[in-house]
Amino acid sequence: MELTKKDVDYVASLARLEFEEKEKENLVKQLGSILGYIDKIKEVDTSTIAPTSHGGTSENVWREDVVVKSSQETIDALFKNAPEQDGDFFKVKKVMELED
Amino acid sequence: MNNKYEVIIGLEVHSQIKTKTKIFCNCSTDFHSQPNTNICPVCTGQPGVLPVLNKHAVELIVRTGLALDCTINKKSVFARKQYFYPDLPKNYQISQYELPFCEHGKINITVDGKTKSIGITRIHLEEDAGKLIHDIGSRQLDYSLADYNRTGVPLMEIVSEPDMRSPQEAAAYLESLKNLIEYVEASDCNMEEGKFRCDANISIRPFGQKEFGTKAELKNMNSISGVQEALSYEVERQIEIVESGGRVIQETRTWDPNEKVTKSMRSKENAHDYRYFPDPDLVPVNLDDEFIDNIKKNIPELPEARKARLINDLGLSEYDTNIIISDKALADYYETALNTANKGAKEPAAAAKTVANWIITELLGKLNNSKLTIKESPISPENIGKLVILISKGTISGKIAKTIFEDMFKDNKDPEVIVKEKGLVQISDAGEIVKVCQEAIDENAKIVADYKSGKKSAIGALVGAVMKKSKGKANPQMVNKTLTELLNK
Ligand SMILES: [Zn+2]
Repeated sequence: MELTKKDVDYVASLARLEFEEKEKENLVKQLGSILGYIDKIKEVDTSTIAPTSHGGTSENVWREDVVVKSSQETIDALFKNAPEQDGDFFKVKKVMELED
Repeated sequence: MNNKYEVIIGLEVHSQIKTKTKIFCNCSTDFHSQPNTNICPVCTGQPGVLPVLNKHAVELIVRTGLALDCTINKKSVFARKQYFYPDLPKNYQISQYELPFCEHGKINITVDGKTKSIGITRIHLEEDAGKLIHDIGSRQLDYSLADYNRTGVPLMEIVSEPDMRSPQEAAAYLESLKNLIEYVEASDCNMEEGKFRCDANISIRPFGQKEFGTKAELKNMNSISGVQEALSYEVERQIEIVESGGRVIQETRTWDPNEKVTKSMRSKENAHDYRYFPDPDLVPVNLDDEFIDNIKKNIPELPEARKARLINDLGLSEYDTNIIISDKALADYYETALNTANKGAKEPAAAAKTVANWIITELLGKLNNSKLTIKESPISPENIGKLVILISKGTISGKIAKTIFEDMFKDNKDPEVIVKEKGLVQISDAGEIVKVCQEAIDENAKIVADYKSGKKSAIGALVGAVMKKSKGKANPQMVNKTLTELLNK
C-alpha cells in the first residue's frame, strides 16, 4: 500500500497534530517504510493461526476490589505534570461539539 | 400516531458497575468525593504505568450477562478506542471490540399487557471518562475544568438488537433492564448520578419494507421519560421529512429537554474513526467453568423467581405481586415490613396480604402524591410492620390505623408510640362497650323503632353512633354483637 500526504493529513487530524509541509514529506517517507515492513510480514501465511492480541502467554492478570488512596504527594505530582491547574481542577482548553 | 411507518429502535445503555475501586487501578469510585481526589498515575494516563483489571467488575458483568440469558465468552480481550478529548487523559478509552464478555442475550418487556422479548446483542466492559465543567453557575468559562474522579470507573455497555417498535417499548425495555440490573446488584442504576445512561438509534420505514431506513443517534436523555419523549419527537420529525419528499440523514442528535426537540450535532466527519486495536497492556481474560459456575450459584434472586415465591409461599395475588416485584427496592421494602409483621402475627399468611395492601394502596399512593420513590419513603418498612401487628392484635381498628398512618408519614414515628401518646387503644372491654351501646340506644329511639319493626339494616346507624361516641376506638365486631344482643333482649 502506497502512503500519501493525504493519509498523513488525516491521521494527524485524528490525533489533533499539526505539521509543517516539510515535516509531512518526511512523515510520508517514514510511515511509508513502516507500512512497507508490515506488508512484508503479511506475506507469511497465517490462515491456520488464531489471531493474537498479546505477545505473552499469561492470562487473567487481575486484582481484588480494594481501595488504595493516592497520597497527597502523588496527587500534587499529577497536577505538576499537567499544563495548568485551577483550584481542585485540571484546567484544559475548551472543546465543545457544535450544535445547529 | 402514524399507521404507515414502522418505527425501529435499538438502545445502548451504559451502566456503572458497582465496585469499590476503578476498573484498572485501586482508586475509589465514590461519587461524592472532592474533585480530583480519587486519581492516581494509572487513571490519569501517566507514561509507563500498567493497568490491572478489577476481578469483581468481571464477576458483575458476567452475573448480569447470565441474568440476561447471554452466552458468556470465556475468552475476552480489551481494545483501545482512540479519541482525543480532554475528559480522557490517555487519549484512548480501554473498551472491548472483538470478544466482549457477553453476547446474544434477551429480556422480556410488557407493554399494554403484551409480553415481548428484546434481544441483547452484547455487553462489554469499559472505563468511564472524566467530567468536564464548562461553566460556573451562569458564568460560561472560556476554558474547561477537568475532574478525573470518574475516569476509569467501570461501565458495562449493553447494546440491544433493533427490536423495539415504539417509544413505549423502548421505555419498557429500560425499566425492565434497570430493574434486572438492580436485582443482580451489579449497579445502582441511579440516573441522576449518571450511573445508568442511554443513547438511542432510531429509524422509520414503510410497513412491509425489508431494509432499515437511515437512522439517527440520539444522545443526552437523562431519564426514561426523557428517552420516550425524545424518541416520540424523532418519529414525528422523520415521518415529516419522508412525507415531504426528503431523506433522513445519518447523524447524531442531542435531546434538548427544555425545548423538547432533538438538534443536530455537527461533529466532524471523521469523529467516529476510533482505530480500535487490542490493548497491549492487558493480557486476555480466560474464564474457566468454575469461575462461571460460582457466579451462577451465587446469583441473587431474579424477579421471576421472587414472583413465584411471593405467590406460592405467601399466597399473594398475581396482581399485587407484579406491582411489588416491578422494583427491587419496593420488593425489599415489602419483605422487610412483612418480617417485622410476622414476628407479631397470629397467621403469617394473613399478615402477607395485609402488609401488601398497606403498601400498595396506602403507601404508594401517598408517595406518588408527594413525588417520592420507595427509597425516599418517610415511613420505614419496620414501622409498617408494627402498624400491621397493632391491627392484627386488635389494639387498634383499621380506621384508627389510617389516622396513625397519616402521622407516621409526617415523621416516621413508631406507631406504638403514637397509639400511646394519643390514647388510641381500641376499647375491647365488654363492660365499657355495653355502656356506650346502651347510651346510643337510649339516644336514638327512632332508629331503634325502625330496627324493631323489621328494618334490620338500621343497626348500621347505631354502630356509627357508638363509633362516634367512642371516637372510633370501640372494637367494631364487639359493638355489632353487643348492639344485637341489647336490641333483641
Ligand atoms: Zn486511579
